[in-house]
This record gives sequence, structure tokens and C-alpha cells, in this order.
Amino acid sequence: MAGFDFDVIQRSLPYLFLEGMRFTLTLTALAALGGIAFGTLLALVRLAAVQPFALLAAGYVNLMRAVPLVLVIFWFYFLVPYMGQWITGAERPIAVGAFWSSLITFTLFEAAYFSEIMRAGIQSIPRAQVQASYALGMTYLQTIASIVLPQALRNMLPVLLTQTIILFQDTSLVYVLSITDFLGAASKVARRDGRLVEMYLFAAFVYFLISLAASQLVRRLQRRVAIVK
Amino acid sequence: MNYNWNWAIFWDLSPDGAHTYWQTIAAGAAWTLATALSAWIIALAIGSLVGVLRTAPLKWGARVAAAYVELFRNIPLLVQMFLWYFVLPELLPAAWGTWLKQLPNASFWTAVISLGLYTSARVAEQVRAGIQSIPRGQSVAALALGLTLPQTYGYVLLPMAYRIILPPLTSEFLNIIKNSAVALTIGLLELTARARAMQEFSFQVFEAFTAATAVYIVINIVVVTLMRFIERRVAVPGYLGSVKAAPVQ
Repeated sequence: MAGFDFDVIQRSLPYLFLEGMRFTLTLTALAALGGIAFGTLLALVRLAAVQPFALLAAGYVNLMRAVPLVLVIFWFYFLVPYMGQWITGAERPIAVGAFWSSLITFTLFEAAYFSEIMRAGIQSIPRAQVQASYALGMTYLQTIASIVLPQALRNMLPVLLTQTIILFQDTSLVYVLSITDFLGAASKVARRDGRLVEMYLFAAFVYFLISLAASQLVRRLQRRVAIVK
Repeated sequence: MNYNWNWAIFWDLSPDGAHTYWQTIAAGAAWTLATALSAWIIALAIGSLVGVLRTAPLKWGARVAAAYVELFRNIPLLVQMFLWYFVLPELLPAAWGTWLKQLPNASFWTAVISLGLYTSARVAEQVRAGIQSIPRGQSVAALALGLTLPQTYGYVLLPMAYRIILPPLTSEFLNIIKNSAVALTIGLLELTARARAMQEFSFQVFEAFTAATAVYIVINIVVVTLMRFIERRVAVPGYLGSVKAAPVQ
């Protein structure tokens, strides 16, 4: 090994963070929001016990959780253009950019995991509360929106955030589509300059710092939520 | 959807000239299982050791174990694989590095080690949780009876802890099978990689991915069924008599 070259890291910092990390963080944030929204919907459908829909939601969740994320990324990379064609009624499959393709993939994939968390959160609410709100004359949607979900979201916030940290790490897998996320950017510089050791160690270091800091914050938050209970 | 379905493609000869496409998919499934099972041995062995260290009354041991878990949990698996595959040979003395690079099936061994260590951190957390869920009185009683600390772990704590954490361990085992797909980035021709290769050569995208998906689902069902059976067999009467079905993951 011919000396550790800090210079290559320093030179590529703007590219790594302004392009790579920005993509990673945007994808993480949007996929987490979308995943929690769709996941909550899945959990509600699954618990609403309207047979065919509940089964469909359960099937979707179990299917997504049985298949590796890498395979799902490939699936959607090829499937999304056809979905776009089907939705818009266009004549040819629609070209979807790298960002949108991965956003759709991660939203739909993580929704399965978020839905299991939300299901646990919803099931932890005492049934009497729901019955009380019905007795007060609230509709199903009112009960869900103002009684069940605010509590479920609050109780599950630490778990949802922990899953988001996992999502943050998982986004590195868009590498298989040669997308310039943080790892993709590091990998491109590494190959261009022949500096694999420096770039991959630096990437590992950055992922480690961010994930560790985030999980410490979640732990602190968890303690605070726990005291409230 | 103007896509030309052609399920007969699986009986066509793959570009290697010797095997049909379904045979290459089957070979991929075999590599996936071999990788996952070998990595699982590492994950279970090191995970148990680290999990025990985190609960044992050894201050330095608990610290080292906690650091180990944080290190392997907070770096994405893909990055860890790159570190083992691309970075480690460069950091070693030149002769060792060359030996590593020229190892036959280098990507398989790299995948096994990185996947095993990555999963061991998760297993360690499960083992720790399992041990900590056992009433304190049991370990205290064991020590009071004159058992040494290793004996207390070996005869009292671990046999119960493993039974308690069997459902989450099942999830972790399913994860290791799924995570082995990440090894395609370092050139391991496992199931997902074979499906991807089939898609590239035959242009039958959805048939190839459907086949891989079906194989993963079958593996998943077999593992879950097997683990439920084991759970029932090892349940301690009275204590864990009402073992609920494992959360399927």
C-alpha cells in the first residue's frame, strides 16, 4: 500500500456530499415519509378485517419481506416504466429517471416493514378507546385520525426512526443500478483515481458516524417517550 | 402491456453452452443457500460469544462487545463487503494480499465472512436480550449452588435464552438468506445474480425475476415451517408452553 492519500478524499468532498450524500439523504427522507404513509394505510387495511383487502395487504407485506431488496430494486427498475405506461396510457414504456425509480422502489419496499411497525402500534391501543370514540358518535375515519394514529405514531416513533436508519443504510444498494448516491460517488472516484482503500474506508467512516449519531439520538428520544408513559 | 412473455425460455440453453436457464437459476439457489448457511455458522458462533460478553460481569468485555455491535451494525452491508473484498487485500502485507486475491472462489469466502460478521452483531443483540429476559434469580441461584460462571451460562442461561429468542433468530436467518443477494456486487453468482444475468442475455426480464422471487418465497416458507417445528420440539413445558407462532419476516 503506497501511503494513505488524504488528498483524494479532500478533492472529491464536494462531489461526494453535494451530489452523492444529497441524493442519499433526499431518497432516505422521501422514501421514509412515503413508506410510513403507505405502510400505515396497509396496516389499517390489514386490521380493518374487510376480508379480500386485508388478505391482499397481508400478502403484499409478506411478499415484500420474503424477497431481497436487491431483487426488488431490479424488479422495479424494469417494472416502473411499464407501470407508467399503464397509468398514463402511453404507447411505449415510459423512461423513468434513476431518482424516481429508486424512490418508488424504496417507498413500496419499506412500506412493508413500516406497516408491520404501525400494525404493532395500532394494536397496542386499548380497544376500549376505539369503542369509547364510537360511543361518542365519531366515525371510523375520525377515530383513526384523531384517536388511534396520533398515539400509535407517538408510541412507535423510536422504532420508525430506527427503521429509517436501516433505510438510510439500505439506500447504498442503489449501487447495483450505477446511481450516484453517496457510495456510488465514492465508488466512481475510487475507480477513476485507483484509490479504493481511501474512498471505501472514508465511505464506511461517514456511514458509521451518521448511523451511530442517529441511533444515539433515537435512544435518547426513546427514554423521553418512555418517561411520559 | 406490450411485453412478450416467453416462459419456455427456461429450457433454452444459457450462454455457457452447457446448461439450460433453469439449471443456472437452480445453481444460483444452491450458492445462495451455501453462502447463507456458512455465514450463519459464523454469525451464530460469534454472535453468541459477543452476546454473552455483553451480559457477563466483566466490564471490559461488555465494552468491547458493545463497540463490536455498534461497529458492525452502523455500516451498510454493501460497504462492509467492499471493505473485505477491495480494501483488506491492500492493507495486508503484499504476499498475503496477492494470496487472498488469487484464492479460488474469493467472492464466496468474502461474502461468507462479511455476511457472517454483519449478522453476528444482530445475533449478539438477540442473545443479549434473551439472557436478560431470564429472571435474575436463576443465575444467582446457579452461582449460589456452586456453578462457575461458564457453567451458569452453559447449563442455565443459554439453554433458556436460545429457546426464548428462537422466533427473532428465525427472522435473522431469513435475513441472512436475503442479504446474501448483496454479494452479487462482489461477483458471487448467487440466485439474484443469476436472474440478472439471465435477464441480460435472454431479455426475458420478468420471467427471470419471477423465477428468482418464487425460489426465495419457497426457501422462506420451508425455513419458517422448519423453525416452527423446532420451536414446538424444544419448548419447555410449563414455561414456554404457549409458544406463539414466529413473526414471519
